[in-house]
Amino acid sequence: MTARPAVRRAWDDRVRDRSQRLGRVSASLGARLRGKTVAAGDVVALLEAIIEPGDRVCLEGNNQKQADFLAEALAACDLERIHDLHLVQSVLSLPSHIELFERGIATRLDFSFSGPQATHLARLVQARKIEIGAIHTYLELFGRYFIDLTPQVCLIAAQAADDAGNLFTGANTEDTPAIVEATAFRNGIVIAQVNEIVERVPRVDIPADWVDFVVPAPRPNYIEPLFTRDPAQITEVQVLMAMMAITGIYAEYGVQRLNHGIGFDTAAIELLLPTFAADLGLKGKICAHWALNPHPTLIPAIESGFVESVHSFGSEVGMEAYVAARPDVFFTGRDGSMRSNRALCQTAGLYACDMFIGSTLQIDLAGNSSTATLGRIAGFGGAPNMGSDARGRRHATPAWLKAGRERSGNAPCVRGQKLVVQTVETFREHMQPAFVERLDAWALMEDMGMALPPIMIYGDDVTHIVTEEGIANLLLCRTAGEREQAIRGVAGFTPVGRGRDRRAVENLRDRGVIRRAEDLRIDARLATRDLLAARSIKDLVRWSGGLYDPPARFRNW
Amino acid sequence: METLQFSFASQPLAGVRPPAIRGVVGSGNLEVLLVAAPGDAGCQVTVHTSARGFRDIWHAVLEAFATQHAVGHVDVTINDMGATPAVVTLRLEQALAAFAEGTP
Repeated sequence: MTARPAVRRAWDDRVRDRSQRLGRVSASLGARLRGKTVAAGDVVALLEAIIEPGDRVCLEGNNQKQADFLAEALAACDLERIHDLHLVQSVLSLPSHIELFERGIATRLDFSFSGPQATHLARLVQARKIEIGAIHTYLELFGRYFIDLTPQVCLIAAQAADDAGNLFTGANTEDTPAIVEATAFRNGIVIAQVNEIVERVPRVDIPADWVDFVVPAPRPNYIEPLFTRDPAQITEVQVLMAMMAITGIYAEYGVQRLNHGIGFDTAAIELLLPTFAADLGLKGKICAHWALNPHPTLIPAIESGFVESVHSFGSEVGMEAYVAARPDVFFTGRDGSMRSNRALCQTAGLYACDMFIGSTLQIDLAGNSSTATLGRIAGFGGAPNMGSDARGRRHATPAWLKAGRERSGNAPCVRGQKLVVQTVETFREHMQPAFVERLDAWALMEDMGMALPPIMIYGDDVTHIVTEEGIANLLLCRTAGEREQAIRGVAGFTPVGRGRDRRAVENLRDRGVIRRAEDLRIDARLATRDLLAARSIKDLVRWSGGLYDPPARFRNW
Repeated sequence: METLQFSFASQPLAGVRPPAIRGVVGSGNLEVLLVAAPGDAGCQVTVHTSARGFRDIWHAVLEAFATQHAVGHVDVTINDMGATPAVVTLRLEQALAAFAEGTP
């Protein structure tokens, strides 16, 4: 045996690098640094002392909570001192995020979702001011924080801190634990903006010795009420599709553990549970356990006794008091307030749920679905985790087994199948067809020089498509040709729908692959808004016994 | 605005009934009026729509309706404000149910 020469190097470069950065802060701020607390007016000096050009920086921002004050401070830093940063963050959604790239403070980005900045982001890519590493799912990005995208510095947001630096994140804990864990335990530096400094935090969400600096922000961090849907805007067609989904999928498979995407289609289903679903005798048989943010439209189902538990990615503005008053249902701390955790809830949605149902913008003939449109890089968020079959799953449930058996043609099967349901009206607003021969994602890939088309949910994961014309069960399709006709068969009067082979579609209907409303014994004419358990935001407040406190923009009384 | 006229063969709907109206003229919605027309052959449809350029889709939606239901000797008038085919189909079925039952 030949002994190989050992690598001669120091093994604590990162430890010393961290000490040097902290030393620069002491030198820069001097007596103005009081323990870990840095005044808002000193935050630019703090960032300039700590961050080095080319650093990988995680700027906490997700679809709800935003470290917006720290983002603005970073965008105001001296370009001579801080430039060419590699930002890793869940969501790029604030104007200050865009400014970071326009100024050249940051040049590289790995992220999940860009929502309101999707158009700006596409322009920055075309102007070569930003280089996108990849568009991830949340869970995938969190995973990379611990493998090859570990931040040197993270800028996070919390509700409160004490003098020692213990953080209370309140109901919106969201991504914070995953970000801090990755940064703090690899000798990175953790900087938190907080809404207030208190003598004693109500509970410790992040322990003080993981936190380096705390900045009291001049205003509370921004939180977007992303999951609030006003029942007043739910249409009769959405009611009809909800009736079909409940009858043809929820009841059929006995779905007890699930996640709902955001949107009016799923809000309609939530509001039909205490009425239509209860009348079908489904209480106790469906919808007991949820991986879901506290949707206000779920209140009537909770109050009606449908829901046993809800674990959440984040909170929802206005739901705090209601959640705190329902600790049997929601995950809450000893202080009584809600605790959310995006990484763990995404894991729950991926591995412990039997169904995901959500809407999309485009579906192609293979069932691939995408929310990408030309000139917009919107990203995915969590949908690809929720909307995919977890191949590593091993535990069986009736819904998962039934879906697995349908896929295998009742042959003995070694695994079940998650139900992944896309629910779309065949035409969106302005008569844009939801069914297309070719997704816009392909053109976007070519325009933006991406490695892959940004497909949100892969066709081979989709099990059912619900439209106003019926339900297509793709698990029962045996060939690609059948699958195409099953999709065309529910695509209505879109060009894709009108391109159907009528005989093939009738054959699929005879086999139960396609089911129309009448096949499910649903009278479409009964699809009216009267079936909704709540028809307005005010109704939701009433259902909550006055505990739900909707944001001003949703109040019209 | 655009006005479209269509005529479809359809199984006759026998009997004399009062007209029936369903829906409202509002954004993304439409109003459907069904009137008995014993003298007319088939089903005559007039569409007043705020969205121009969708004659082809209107034809397909209405033809499917006239094929799937007995609406011969019935005149259909539609006042549309950009409803999707899903809404149009739902309203037509609601209006026909009311018309067949004689509830105006």
